[in-house]
Amino acid sequence: MSKRALHHLTAPLIDGNPITLQILGICSALAVTTSMATALTMSLALTVVLTTASALISLVRHHLPNAIRLVVQITIIASLVIVADQILRAYAFEMSQRLSVFVGLIVTNCIVLGRAETFAMRNPVWPSVLDGLGNGLGYSLVLMLVAAIREGLGAGALFGVQLLPLASSGGWFQPLGFMLLAPSAFFIIGLLIWAIRTRRPEQVEPDEFPLRERSGGDRP
Amino acid sequence: MAERSPLSLWRRFLALPNDSRGKTLGVAFLVALISALGVSVTSVLLEPRQQAHLDAAREAKLAGMIAALPGLGDLLRETGAETLEAVLVDLASGTIRQDADPHSYDFLAAQSDAARITALSPEQDIAGIARRPDLAPAYLLRGRDGLALVVLPVYGAGYQSTIRAYLALAADLTTIAGLSIYEQGETPGLGARITDPGWQALWSGKQAVDASGEIVIAVVRGGATGLREIDGISGATRSSMGVARLVQFWLGPDGFGPFLAALRSGEER
Repeated sequence: MSKRALHHLTAPLIDGNPITLQILGICSALAVTTSMATALTMSLALTVVLTTASALISLVRHHLPNAIRLVVQITIIASLVIVADQILRAYAFEMSQRLSVFVGLIVTNCIVLGRAETFAMRNPVWPSVLDGLGNGLGYSLVLMLVAAIREGLGAGALFGVQLLPLASSGGWFQPLGFMLLAPSAFFIIGLLIWAIRTRRPEQVEPDEFPLRERSGGDRP
Repeated sequence: MAERSPLSLWRRFLALPNDSRGKTLGVAFLVALISALGVSVTSVLLEPRQQAHLDAAREAKLAGMIAALPGLGDLLRETGAETLEAVLVDLASGTIRQDADPHSYDFLAAQSDAARITALSPEQDIAGIARRPDLAPAYLLRGRDGLALVVLPVYGAGYQSTIRAYLALAADLTTIAGLSIYEQGETPGLGARITDPGWQALWSGKQAVDASGEIVIAVVRGGATGLREIDGISGATRSSMGVARLVQFWLGPDGFGPFLAALRSGEER
């Protein structure tokens, strides 16, 4: 794999991570990260859908009339999501019950349409596949990290395997119930973004509406 | 006629300017066609598998109910029945609705769906539920000798919460085979003692309805005698009375009464 191609794959992992840099796909990142298992399933579903959608859209990019460009993209993405949802229901029924609507909501996940519109529409199939895969993995990385923190602190377990002995069953670990509520994911993702941007200041966005220096004179 | 061959037509279609009307319509049609094909094929191919999962989930729910009702598992074995058969009952007429699937019927949602409920007058409303869904599920156990057991989902107001339970009636449809409270939010340590297995076991074998169809079961304060009375729990009077009233309501004319009458007369057996 050439260095350029590899760049498509690795850039979205941290430098251009869809969640921490572009702040996309937050809804599902909050909803499915209470346990590692659901987060992993969701990550797989999104990565597969994103990669396939990028490939298909890149394949037809030269023949997409501008007027119906978005409609065609969404149709392709929606079909893939339905197929993914059906497969989950057939082969991972329990998991699909736990994920409820969130697999279906991949359609509305801005990452998928965003990559289709900004990358797959302008690039050949292979780079698009790599870009889709890279973004999927970047999303998965953040999801797994958040889920590990939430399940680890919220239930003392990872992938449902009890690691810390719970106080309720004679151990010492008092689970943080807050970790199982959606706001905790907000805090974790926020802290994560802060940490990444402290290490990589180039990710910090310029102030859109800077505060004006207030001089004493022109107060109303 | 090389120009008429499908391949050259396809090439000509692709060569059209992207924003021409023909190409826009063509692309829209093709994308829709291919997507629809993909979705339909997957859903048809996977349907049997998904259905198997749904059936298994339903079985598990019924198994949970069987486990919740004391002695029901033994009864299943004795009567040779495989599992409970679910039916959907039109409460007003007491008939079994054949046109709806009892498994997909959401009893809980129906209890607050304005289109599918009947308001109860204060005199009717002894269970304190104010309104009642028009359709309710019931579970029949048919053994070698016909109907062996009827399980009814019942609910009503306790002291501070809605009490939900399964009420099982024996084959004579007048004797209570078991009562299993599976959801309540009564005061812990007081009203919540209605979930004590010991107290729930008091209900088994009691006579709920007499020969004339009158509901005779009651909870009394201490010194229960005979087959028609059950001791209330001291400190949990309102909660145990609530259980009695919800049983009375659901066996009565506004609950499953018409259905039970139809079962007794053999119409719906």
